[in-house]
Amino acid sequence: MSQGIWPAVLGRFDWTALPFVRAWDNPTASEIIGAGAASMVIIGAVVAIVLITWLGKWKYLWSEWLTSLDHKKIGIMYVVLALVMLARALIEAVLMRMQQGAAVNSPGFISPDHFSQLFTTHGTIMIFFMAMPFLTGIINYVTPLQIGARDVAFPLLNSVSLWLTGGAAGLMMASLVIGRFSTGGWSGYPPYTELAFSPDVGPDYWIWALTLGSVGSTLTGLNFAVTIFKMRAPGMHLMRMTLFVWTALCTSIMMIFAMPPLTVATALLALDRYLGFHFFTNDLGGNMMNYANLFWLFGHPEVYILVLPPFGVYSEVVSTFSSKELYGYTSLAIATMAIAVLSFTVWLHHFFTMGQSADINAVFGIATMTIAVPTGVKLYDWIWTMFRGRVRFTVPMLYSLAFMMTFVIGGATGIMLAMPPLDFLVHNTVFLVAHFHNVIIPGVLYGLLAGYHYWFPKAFGFRLNEKWGRIAFGCWVVGFYLAFMPLYVLGAAGMARRTQEVFEPAFRPWLYIAGFGALVLLAALAALFVQLWVSIREREANRVTAGDPWDGRGLEWSISAPPPEYNYAVIPQIRGRDPFYAGKRKDECYAPPAHYHDITMPKNSMTGPVIGILGAATAFGLVWHIWWLVILGVLAIVGTVIARSFARDVHRIIPAAEVAWTDMTWLRTVADATPIPRQLETSSANQGLAEIAT
Amino acid sequence: MSTNEVRHPGLNLGATDEVTHEQAESAVFGFWVFLMSDAVIFALLFATYGVMLHGTAGGPTPAAVYKIGSAFIETMILLTSSFTFGMASIAMKHETGYGRLLAWMVVTLALGFAFLGMELHDFATMIGNGDYPTRSGFLSAFFALVPLHGLHVFFGSLWLIVMMVQVLVFGLDARVKINILRLGLFWHFLDIVWIVIFSVVYLQGLIA
Repeated sequence: MSQGIWPAVLGRFDWTALPFVRAWDNPTASEIIGAGAASMVIIGAVVAIVLITWLGKWKYLWSEWLTSLDHKKIGIMYVVLALVMLARALIEAVLMRMQQGAAVNSPGFISPDHFSQLFTTHGTIMIFFMAMPFLTGIINYVTPLQIGARDVAFPLLNSVSLWLTGGAAGLMMASLVIGRFSTGGWSGYPPYTELAFSPDVGPDYWIWALTLGSVGSTLTGLNFAVTIFKMRAPGMHLMRMTLFVWTALCTSIMMIFAMPPLTVATALLALDRYLGFHFFTNDLGGNMMNYANLFWLFGHPEVYILVLPPFGVYSEVVSTFSSKELYGYTSLAIATMAIAVLSFTVWLHHFFTMGQSADINAVFGIATMTIAVPTGVKLYDWIWTMFRGRVRFTVPMLYSLAFMMTFVIGGATGIMLAMPPLDFLVHNTVFLVAHFHNVIIPGVLYGLLAGYHYWFPKAFGFRLNEKWGRIAFGCWVVGFYLAFMPLYVLGAAGMARRTQEVFEPAFRPWLYIAGFGALVLLAALAALFVQLWVSIREREANRVTAGDPWDGRGLEWSISAPPPEYNYAVIPQIRGRDPFYAGKRKDECYAPPAHYHDITMPKNSMTGPVIGILGAATAFGLVWHIWWLVILGVLAIVGTVIARSFARDVHRIIPAAEVAWTDMTWLRTVADATPIPRQLETSSANQGLAEIAT
Repeated sequence: MSTNEVRHPGLNLGATDEVTHEQAESAVFGFWVFLMSDAVIFALLFATYGVMLHGTAGGPTPAAVYKIGSAFIETMILLTSSFTFGMASIAMKHETGYGRLLAWMVVTLALGFAFLGMELHDFATMIGNGDYPTRSGFLSAFFALVPLHGLHVFFGSLWLIVMMVQVLVFGLDARVKINILRLGLFWHFLDIVWIVIFSVVYLQGLIA
C-alpha cells in the first residue's frame, strides 16, 4: 500500500495498524490482549447499534438526548461517558498490576511497548475522560438547579463542549482499534514524544485527543463562570450560594486559565512533530524544560479543578446527612478560593529534580505546603458539621467519611513530597503513584460517586439500591487500601514507576497484594453496574417523585424528581442560605404560584454533534496524515459555525397552561405522598417528602 | 434598571436599544471571558518567545530578520482599523442607517486585508531569505506567535464578512447587534495583542 493512490487516500495507514493483523502475525499474549481489546470496542459498538435499532430508539436518542441543549441531559450524558471510560481505564490498571505481579524476574505476559501504552492510556483516560467528564456532568446537572436558573448561559456551547469531549473520547477508543497509542505517559514529555524517538501515530493520538478535550473544557469553564455570575435567581447573593456552586465557580475559573497552557503545550508539540519546528527538540535551540513548565502550569491547577467540585459534593452531603447547617460556610468559601489561587503557584513541584536551584525548589515547596492549610480548614469544617449532628450513614455519607480518613493520609504523603530533599529520594517511584492515587481516588472518585448516589434520585426520580451501593462502597475502599498502600512500601524501597519487569524478589508479596487490590476495585465497578441494573429493575418501588428524598437543603430539592425541562415553573425568590430547608420548615414550599407564564427554552440543535464528529474526524485525519480529511473537516467546522449563526428560529415557547398542568400534577403527587421521618429514608416508604421534625 | 446602566465593559446599547442591552449582559460578558482565555494563550506564547529568544542555534538573530519599517506600517494599519471599527460600532448603536455601518465595516475589512497582505509578504520575505521556522528554536517561537495573531485577524475578517451579510439579511436584530459588539471586542483585542507583538518582538529585536 505504499504505492499509487493509497497514501493520498489513507495517509500512513497500513494493515499492520490493525491489532488483529498484528496478533495474527505475532500471536503473543500481549498482541492477543491488544486484539481482544480492539474486539471489545468493535463488539461494544456493534451491540449498541443493533440494540438501538432493534428497540427502534434512534429517533428518540437523537431528538431527546444527542441534540438536546438541556443542561440536565447534557450532564447525564457526560456521566455516562465517564462511566464507560472508567471501565476501560480500570481494566487497563488491572492488566498492569497483573503484569507486575507476574513479572518478577520474568518477562510476564505484556510486552514493554504494550505496557507503556497501558499506563499512558490509563492516566490520560482517568484524568481527561473519566474525572473531567464525570465532574463536568455533575456540575452541569446541579449548578443551574442550585442557583435557581432554567439553563446555563450558553446552552448551545454546552452541547458543543460535550461533543468535543465525546469526540476526543471516541479518538481514544479508535486508537485501540486502528494503530496504537502513545507510550510517553499521560504527561507526554518530549523529547521522547518528538518525532525522533516516537515516529509512530501514538503521540499524535494523544495530542489531538487532549487538544479536543481541552478546548471542550475551556468552553465549559467559560459557560459555568458566566452562568454562576449572571444567571442566579433574585436574592441568590454570592454568599447564599451552596458550597457546591462555589466549588463549581472556582473550578470554572480555573478551567478558563489552566486549560489554555495545555492547549499551547500540545499545539507546540504538534508543530514540532508535523512541521519540524524546534520547541522541545534536543537540537537547534529547542528547550524541553519549557514543555515541563507549560504542561504543569495546566497540570497542577488541573488537580484542583478535579478535586474542588467533589469537595463541594462532600459539603452538601455532610450537611444534609447530619441534618445540620454547614459549619464555617464562609471559611469554606474562602478556603475554596484560596486553593484555586494557590494552585497556580506550585506547578514546579512536579519537577523538583529537573535542574532548578535549591532556592527555587524551596519557594515552590513552601507554596505547596501552604495549600494544606485551606484544605485542612475544609476538613475541620466537615468534621464540625457532623459534630452533634444526627449523622445518617447512607451511601453518599459513607463515601464522605471514607474520603476524610483516606484523604488525610494522601495529604500527609503530599506534604512529604512537597519537601524537595525528600522528593529527590522517592521521585519517579511508585511512592508517587501511591500518593496521587491516594488523593485522587478518595478526593475525586469517592466524591463523584457520592454525588452520583446523592443526586441520582433527583435526576431519574428513583433511589439507587442501597445494598449494592454499600457493597460497591466496601469494595472501593478495601480495594483502594489493598492496591495502593503496598505501593508506598515499594516506592520507599525504590521501585521505579512504570516498570514492566521487576528484578527484586522481595517485592513479590507487595505486588501480589496490590494486584489483589486491583481486582477488588474491578469488583467495585462491577457492583456499581449491578446496582444500576437492580435499581432500574426495582424503580417503581423506589420512586421519589415528590423530589426531596434526603430532607435536602438546596433549591434543587424543592422541585419534582426528575425536574421539568425548564427546572422552575416560577423562578424562586431567595431569602437566605439553605432556602429550601428553611422554607419547608416555615410551610412556604409546595404552594402553587399565583400565576404561570410562558417559558422560552432553546430548541434542540444538531450543531453540537456535528462539530464533535467533525472535530474527531479532523483529528483522526491529522493522526494518520489523511490531509483531504483534515481540510474537509476544518472547512466543514467553519461552515457549520457560520450556518448556525444564520439560524434565527432557535427558541420554543412552552405555554403557561402546560407549565401549570405539569406543576399542578406534581403538587398533587406531593399532597398524596406520605412525609417520612429520616429513619425510613432508605426504604420504599420514601416518596420524596420529608417529615419536618420540630 | 435605568437604561444607561453599564451592563458590561465596552460599548453599551442602553441608550438606544434597551431590549438588546439586557440580552447583551451575559452574552458580552461571556465573550470577555473568552478573550481572557485567549489572552492566556498569547501570554504563554510570548513567554515561550522570551525563553527561545536566544535559541538561535547559530542561525539568524532577531535583528537580522525583522523589517521594522513594514512592521510599523502594519501597526498603523491595524490601529486605524480599530478606529474604523469603533465608528462602525457607533453607527450600529445609533442606527444611523445601514449604509454608514456597512461602509465603516468595509473600510475595516479592507484594512484587515491590507494588514494580512503585508504580513504574508513579510513572512514570504523571511522564508525567501532562508529564515525558516525549522531553522532554530527562536524562529519556531516567532512563527508560532506572530502568525497566530495573523490567523486571528483572518478569522476576524471572515467574521466581518459574515456580519455584513447578516446586516443585509436580518437588519439590526438583537443577535446581529450583540455579535457586532463581540466582534468589536475581538478586533480591539487583536489590536492590543499586536501592540505587544510590535513592542516585544519587533522593537526588542532592534535592540539586540
